[in-house]
Parts: sequence; C-alpha cells; structure tokens
Amino acid sequence: MAKIDENIVSVKNLAIGYNSKTVAKGIDFNLHSGMLCGIVGINGIGKSTLLRTLGGFQPKLSGDILLNNQNLKEFTSSDLSKELSIVLTEQPASKNLTVQELIALGRQPYTNWLGTLTKYDKEQVQASLKAFLLEDLKHRKCHELSDGQLQRVLVARAMAQDTSIILLDEPTTHLDLYHKVQILKMLQELAHNKQRTILFTTHEIELAIQLCDRILILDGKDHPFGDPCTLIEQQHFDRLFPSEMVKFDAKTGTYKVSK
Amino acid sequence: MQLARTYRISFLLLLIALLCSWLLNVSSGSVSIPFADVLSILFGKLPKITSWEYIIWDYRVPKAFTSILVGAGLSLSGLLMQTLFRNPLAGPFVLGISSGASLGAALLLMGTSLLTGYTSFAFLSNVSLAIAASIGSFLVLFVVMLVAQRVKDTMALLIIGLMFGSITSAIVSVLAYFSSAEDLQRFIFWSFGSVGNLSTDQLLLLGSIVVVGVLLSVRSIKSLNAFLLGENYAQSLGISLKKSRLIIIIATGLLAGGITAFAGPIAFVGLAVPHLTRQIFDTMEHKVLIPAVMLYGAILMLLCDTLAQLPNSASVLPINAITSLVGAPVVIWILVRKRKMIF
Repeated sequence: MAKIDENIVSVKNLAIGYNSKTVAKGIDFNLHSGMLCGIVGINGIGKSTLLRTLGGFQPKLSGDILLNNQNLKEFTSSDLSKELSIVLTEQPASKNLTVQELIALGRQPYTNWLGTLTKYDKEQVQASLKAFLLEDLKHRKCHELSDGQLQRVLVARAMAQDTSIILLDEPTTHLDLYHKVQILKMLQELAHNKQRTILFTTHEIELAIQLCDRILILDGKDHPFGDPCTLIEQQHFDRLFPSEMVKFDAKTGTYKVSK
Repeated sequence: MQLARTYRISFLLLLIALLCSWLLNVSSGSVSIPFADVLSILFGKLPKITSWEYIIWDYRVPKAFTSILVGAGLSLSGLLMQTLFRNPLAGPFVLGISSGASLGAALLLMGTSLLTGYTSFAFLSNVSLAIAASIGSFLVLFVVMLVAQRVKDTMALLIIGLMFGSITSAIVSVLAYFSSAEDLQRFIFWSFGSVGNLSTDQLLLLGSIVVVGVLLSVRSIKSLNAFLLGENYAQSLGISLKKSRLIIIIATGLLAGGITAFAGPIAFVGLAVPHLTRQIFDTMEHKVLIPAVMLYGAILMLLCDTLAQLPNSASVLPINAITSLVGAPVVIWILVRKRKMIF
C-alpha cells in the first residue's frame, strides 16, 4: 500500500466525452490513499462518463489520469485489474450465481488460467463476505436477493479484487434510506480501515456531505473539489440546482424545497 | 467453493449412464443381435454369425462414437453461446449458426452444379461438405457478433438470428427450385441429420474438430466465468474482451459448424442440454458445466439415436426429428415448471 499522503488518483485538466462531443472539461482533483470521494452533479453532466473514463472503459479526450503515479494508458488490462475495481449500475448478467461464486470472481486477476482459488484467495473472499455482512447469504443465488443485498454483494466483489482504487457508479440507486446509509457507511469503513481510495457517483448529496472525505461537484464550469465543509462555505452546493426550486441550507447541510 | 466434491457423485452417475446408453445404442439396430453376443463381440471374441462382427465394429460402434461427439459438441456449443450472449435462448440453431451451415452445404451440394453446369459428384467429398458448412456457420456467427456489438439488446440479436434463418432457408429454396433431383435429394438427406455412415477417416476428422473445440472452450473457462458478470465487469477483471470473444466464437463455429457438416443440422440439443444440465448441476462454474454438459449431451444423443433406429426394424427415422420431439417438450416443461429460464 502507498503512503497515506501520496496521490493514488491524480486527475489533471481532464476533458471527457465521446469522439466529437465534449461532456466536461477542466476536471482537476487528487485523492490520497484511504479517501472516500463522492462525485455529484445534475443528470447528464458527465458523472458516469467520468467514472467510465477513469475505469479505462472509454478514452479521455485530453488531460492526464494518473493512478498510483502511473499513466492510465500505460496499464495493461491485467495490470489495471489489480489496481482498480468497479461496481456498475448494470446488473450482473447471470443472477444464477451464488453470492460466494460472484464474490470469488473478484479474485480472477490473481488466479491461474483455470481460475483455481488458492487458500489466500478463499480467505479474501471470506473477509469480503464478513465485511459486508453476507456470511449467512453466501449460498444464496443472486436472483433471490433484495436490491440492497445485491448491491452489498457487488461491492464485496470489488473489495475481494483487492485493488487500491474502487470506482462505483451510483451505488445507492433503488435503495431505501437505511440501505443507502448502510452501503455508504460500509464504503467509508472500507476506505478508512483498509486504505482503499473509493470514488462513487451519487445523487445523495446530503449523505455524501456527511460521509465523504472529498466531494467533486461536476457543474459544467469549474468542477469544484474539496472536503465537504469547505465546499459548503464556498457556497458551491447553493449553485448546483436552480434556486427557485430547491435551496441549500448551509447550517444543516440539506436541501429545502423553495416556497 | 467446494464444488468438485459435491458433484463427484453426479459425475460418476453420468459416466455410468453414458456407458449404459452406449451399450444400449450398440446393441440395438435393424439386425437383432442378442446382448450377450454384443458384449462378447465387443470383448474381441468370435461371434456365432460372422456378419454380426461387421455390423458391430464397422457400423454400430462408429455410429455410437459419432453420437457421442455430436451430442457432446453441440451441447458445449450451446453452453458457450448462452454464456457469450448471456441469454438462455441462445444456441447454435436460434442464432442462425446452423442455418449458416445449411447454406454452406446447400451452396456446395446444389449451387456448384448450378453455377458450373457440372454435377459436382466428382470432386465432392464429405470433407469439402464439412468445410463448406463450417465456412457458412462461421460467416453467420461473425455477422451475428458484429451485430451484437452494435445492438446491446439481446432480444434484437435473437430476432436477427431468426431472420438469418429465414434468409438462408429462402436461398436454399431458390437453390432447390433450380437443382436437379439428385442434388436436391442429397441435400434433403443431409438436412435430416444422421450420425451413421461416417467412415473411420471422417470420424477421426470430426473427432479432431470436436477436440480442438473442446480445448479452446477449456482454455476459455476463466473468461466464460467472467462473462457471467457482463462484458464490462469481465474487462475490469483483466479479461481481454476481443481475444476471449474470438476464441469462444471459433470454438463454437468449429463445434457447431463441423458437427452440422458431418451429421446435418441437429436441432435442440445445443439449446436444451445446458438447461437440462443445470437442473442437476446447480452451478454456473464452467469448470463443472463444460464436462457435465458434454456428458449429458452425449447420453441424450445416444438415446435419441437408439430411438431413431426403431429397434429390430429396418427403418431409421431422421435423427433431427427425434431430437426435436424430445427436446422441445423438455424445454417447455422446464419453462412451465420454473416459470422462467434462469440464466
């Protein structure tokens, strides 16, 4: 693991988008080891595009992405799979996998050509099951799980992949408040206790303010980045939505409907 | 994680079932040979009637081995397709791969004489038939893959596969309309499907094709398992999508194309057997599923061929009809019982 103050994810003047269409540009931020970072912004501003670009699923338009001080481009897909794991909004293609089987697939970057699990791999799978309170469910099929349980399984799989960076695309969608908080708190624990650098996109700005170490606001202009309190002081959350609809209350860190 | 242990007994039972159905297959046929004599011939003893030895060794044993190759190979190709397309309805037939093979065979059997004006008998061996059918199935498979990369919706993909089926059968009809009766008859007989009539050389060739297909599939076990999560997840696990997709497609094309070439388009085995297998082997781990599906397919094919022989009668039913008669109700039964095909 890298030293605490070292940059694990470093993004400089990044522009993202598709061939001809720039979705967002001028994105700058640095994340240290063990940081939980939320990416917020209105629909269509480029949160998922940013995550896809960071994960190497689509090429950046310009700028630099450094993971552990190495340029993202220089990673082979098998090297990248040991540095970065993902949790997507898409459901796993086969829900006939058991919880344990699905999490064990997270060990693939380390297993031999047949995917045989070593004793160490099995320990890692067990640790992930335990960390996400899935031990009782480990023999269940994924189609038998609730949305909240399935999301925990997917995050546990990412944990089992044992990477310094974890990217999650809207991990809290479709969940009730309790399960939203549960999954975010588990992510926070994972970041702080296991020194993982975790980035996730979310619409739960109020929860992100309470739980994240850093927040990146995609606003289409200068993309403010910092710790939640500073961002509140600088009134960045106030400008996120049109004020005739919702107003940000800096004291409580929540949004109120404008009357 | 302790998969191997739990399925050891099931595998043992399947192996015994395979042996039994092989014996049943070898001991039944148009000429009635007592079971004890079949056994003694198989163990190399001289039979009471010398012609029995020829019947067993030169006809029934090769036919039984062809059944095993055909059943195992088609089932495996169905499993590969279902995982690659992450769709329970995928199979060599539904995706148009078998239609592609039919088109290849039809173009060779009926097209060459039409285009060149000569009857193609002289240079037409079963090997060139196999090559033509394989090329046909590969072509369709590649087109389906190209479409698959554009169309994310797998339902659209299946419909496209069905459309390919109609296009090829239309072309085949046109060819049939202009062909001579002999050429047409050859094609029709090929399309009935048959596991008999393969010479030792052909059997060896088919065997090598299936072995290569199986080896490629075994090499793909890890990526197949990763594909269960979806392509994006597979990529994030370090799987090279293009390479592993290509290997799986080549394996499927070899298996489905090669088998269709030698044994004709045999329906339903590829689609139904993986589902039947999952009734017993309740796992998605391809390390378990690949051998299980192959054993299952081999057994089913041996039994279907035994049925097609109509014991003690001279008539042989088209094997294609039998597999459909057995396969279709089974798929319906699974759907009705389970409400949905869980993949």
